[in-house]
Amino acid sequence: MNQKIEKVKKETSPKRKVFFNFIMAFIIGGIICIIGELFTMLFIKLKVEKDIANIYSVIVMVFLGSLTTGLGLYDKLGQIAGCGTIIPITGFANSMTSSALESKSEGVILGIINNMFKLAGSVIVAGVVSGVVVGAIRYLLGI
Amino acid sequence: MIKVGKQSIELNNVYVHESGVVVGPKEGEGPLYPYFDKIYDDLHIGGEKSWEKAEMRMFKDALDICLEKNNKNDKDIDAIVCGDLNNQIVVGNYVLRDYEIPYLGVFGACSTSIESIIVGSQFIEANNFKNVLVGTSSHNATAERQFRYPTEYGGKKVDTSTLTVTAAGLALLSNRFSDIKLTRATIGRVYDAEIKDSLDMGRVMSIAAFYTIKQHFDDFCISPDEYDLILTGDLSFYGKDMLIKIFDEYNIDMHKNYNDCGLMIYDRDNQNVLAGGSGCGCCAAVSYGYILKAMREKKYKKVLLVATGALLNPIMVAQKETIPSIAHAIVLERVE
Repeated sequence: MNQKIEKVKKETSPKRKVFFNFIMAFIIGGIICIIGELFTMLFIKLKVEKDIANIYSVIVMVFLGSLTTGLGLYDKLGQIAGCGTIIPITGFANSMTSSALESKSEGVILGIINNMFKLAGSVIVAGVVSGVVVGAIRYLLGI
Repeated sequence: MIKVGKQSIELNNVYVHESGVVVGPKEGEGPLYPYFDKIYDDLHIGGEKSWEKAEMRMFKDALDICLEKNNKNDKDIDAIVCGDLNNQIVVGNYVLRDYEIPYLGVFGACSTSIESIIVGSQFIEANNFKNVLVGTSSHNATAERQFRYPTEYGGKKVDTSTLTVTAAGLALLSNRFSDIKLTRATIGRVYDAEIKDSLDMGRVMSIAAFYTIKQHFDDFCISPDEYDLILTGDLSFYGKDMLIKIFDEYNIDMHKNYNDCGLMIYDRDNQNVLAGGSGCGCCAAVSYGYILKAMREKKYKKVLLVATGALLNPIMVAQKETIPSIAHAIVLERVE
């Protein structure tokens, strides 16, 4: 490519508002986590054991993530929050529900079941593999 | 027809007749809504069950409107040249099952609207055919699912991303006289801006737009002042800015009469469209819809239309390849 164009390409390269995005991700991601924590506290108040209460609140948050995806709200929130909506478990629910919704037109088996993990599959594989690696390290070091 | 310069041709007996343009809800809320023939207020285009069917319905409507406005039926048409963004250009393949029209499918990504005109015009210029339909379509949701993420996915879209326009446009080319004549065409070649970001397509395509427009000026020995309006397909905000600055480097002034379809179809200040519109339908809706009518209303006499296409393939991008781009140009003139 010639130098004049290369120069303009560099000059016009858009700057991403990284700091602003961090702040928004922190605030909205934080709010989602607070909601999750409030559910945990609620379940503990209802005399559920702490470990079980954690699981219950995860189930509730996944449900809420899927519900807001289906209602077409989660992607709008994601546009403001960025990573703040992807990192919490609601983001995991969103990636599965959105893939399922998108593939609905190809039927249950070839569409929904086949494509549900299209985006979330990488998270599962990465989670399992890193779990094995960390578990092995822990075993070998005898911790 | 004669070849002019390196990549251009001059045409003598191709006229553009009535067009049919059908758009989706967001385009219908945009500033150009009076120039569209039909506006659907839901993205399912009248409740179709899949996005692909929705796009086909839109294309079929545009085809029927175009035939009706020209007082033709499908048997009068010698050929149709069209394409879209879906794999195997399914829209034309399926819709045209119901029509008795010989069909040539073309793919030039978002440059299809002009590519189809250039291909279709050759049959008329050669006096082989009398009536040729040209056109294209794109749908926001079919493009999103094919090139990016599911529509409801909660990832953030960056400022440079564009919104694929939901629109279908068809126009009739003929050797019969009409007030708008196709006089020049420049066929672009493939360029590579060496950008890998599939969310920065405007800047990817601006380089192809630059080379095609520059070649057009060189081939015909003209300057931008030759035209009342120079219009690129879907560079949108960032691509348009880059194109003007590249021309500045070459001391060619594009500030006065240049605009981009992606910025015209939406009201970027009041509609949430990020950098602007993109997709095959963007250039088709603006050029087949607005430009043809505006020329007939005597707003413009001579217009250079440059449709730009980012030849994006998600598999190639995943393999760390850059995104090539292409741009084709035509000139429409109002004749008395």
